[in-house]
Amino acid sequence: MLFVRRFNNGLLTLGEMAILLFEAAGSLFRRRLNFGDVVYQLYHIGVKSQSVVLITGAFTGMVLAAQTYLQFHKVRMDTATMAVVSVSMLSQLGPVLTGLMVAGRVGASIAAELGTMKVTEQIDALRTLATHPVDYLVLPRLVAGTIALPLLTSEAIAIGIGAGYYTTTSLLGVDPAYTWEWVLKYTVPNHLYGGLTKATFFGTAIALIACYKGLHCGEGAEGVGRATTEAVVIASITILISNFFLTLFVGRIFEP
Amino acid sequence: MIEVRDLKKSFGAQKVLDGVNFRIEQGDSVVIIGRSGCGKSVLLKHLIGLIRPDSGEVIIDDEHLNTLDERRLLEVRRKFGMLFQSAALFDSLNVAENISFVLRRERSLSEKEIAERVEEVLEMVELPGTQKKKPSELSGGMRKRVGLARAIIYKPEILLYDEPTTGLDPVVSDSIDQLIIRVREQLKITTVVVTHDTRSMRRVGQRILMMVSGKIYAAGPPEEIFSSQDPVVHRFVNGISDPKEMTL
Repeated sequence: MLFVRRFNNGLLTLGEMAILLFEAAGSLFRRRLNFGDVVYQLYHIGVKSQSVVLITGAFTGMVLAAQTYLQFHKVRMDTATMAVVSVSMLSQLGPVLTGLMVAGRVGASIAAELGTMKVTEQIDALRTLATHPVDYLVLPRLVAGTIALPLLTSEAIAIGIGAGYYTTTSLLGVDPAYTWEWVLKYTVPNHLYGGLTKATFFGTAIALIACYKGLHCGEGAEGVGRATTEAVVIASITILISNFFLTLFVGRIFEP
Repeated sequence: MIEVRDLKKSFGAQKVLDGVNFRIEQGDSVVIIGRSGCGKSVLLKHLIGLIRPDSGEVIIDDEHLNTLDERRLLEVRRKFGMLFQSAALFDSLNVAENISFVLRRERSLSEKEIAERVEEVLEMVELPGTQKKKPSELSGGMRKRVGLARAIIYKPEILLYDEPTTGLDPVVSDSIDQLIIRVREQLKITTVVVTHDTRSMRRVGQRILMMVSGKIYAAGPPEEIFSSQDPVVHRFVNGISDPKEMTL
């Protein structure tokens, strides 16, 4: 019985999120998007997430390079280390780790902000001021999330590969010329296109889930706390699960 | 003109509105009174379409609110201004940005004209020179004044006040009452005030509607309500508790 109720609630949530996305698309179509609001959100979602994304990208690239080197060294394939790092960062680790970091930082912040606005009647106040909450709150965040994630992912990928290259060639002493040769041989533009397609999807998903949770949050401080936690958890799980299906999907479109 | 016909609303098993009927003519000043939790604020939110009823109708100048979607409701809401119990100022914006919110979204006025209108309404609510302050720097009374300035800047036809004096000291409450009367007289606005402050209702209301158990229990001019011999009305306006409700 409990399972059936949870399943129904899950379906209801999915339906309501789809309606919210549809409403936002309608709002975009009606030209309700304020450019200034998008720039403000790009700053909060994109610019302010840079440090955490760059640190994540750099250390992921370095760890992956070190671990791959330790395995490859045993079979004398040291110079192929960076090819693995490059392909992994571009197609999987770059978009997924950036998505997870942004889900934690931005997802929580959006859900908490909108949730607090709801419990303090600020969203009702918006509606009385003849402003649709989707136009003013949801659409700029959705657009900014969709634009910011591919850009942040590009940065994470670039610094991850750079840090991995430095680790491999300077710290582990692998030949730079052969390393670069293997990277160029096994990395193709479609890896990047696939990774950025995923990042775009993750950006939309994070903003949509966080906005939905904020707008539907329960009463009081407890409601805001729960909405914030749920936004981060659901966004993170969505990224991990959808990444599998997106890998199959983008793998067909952008064949390596 | 506001007309409410047989309005019913429940939240789960709790019946909040149970067949409310009344009519408010243009320029009227009506106070809705009743004990905490009797459904006054819920009723007020129905008048502006923030909550949809389970059944019944809210009609604003021949527009049936229940039949309108959210986008059409936004158009009808241009006729309304609303002061919330908590003032509901936008935390991230300063006083001037809060007050000019609607004007900026409409983009029909220049920055200079907007600044002049903001200054004008801040003078009206007796808070000149506070444009740059953040809502967190304001006292409860000041927040309500800014909330009122935000509601009147676009010259609405109807102003709704949700518990405008709750949580304020008697002196500030008095000044808010004076402000409600002054705004009503200067702008010739239909005024609907929800309150349980007896001093406030006597001053502000030209007609009082008393709600009990989700229905309009009594209606009439303030002097009639305050001199009523009905035990429920008498106990409420004189602040006398019912011995049957007292528990040890």
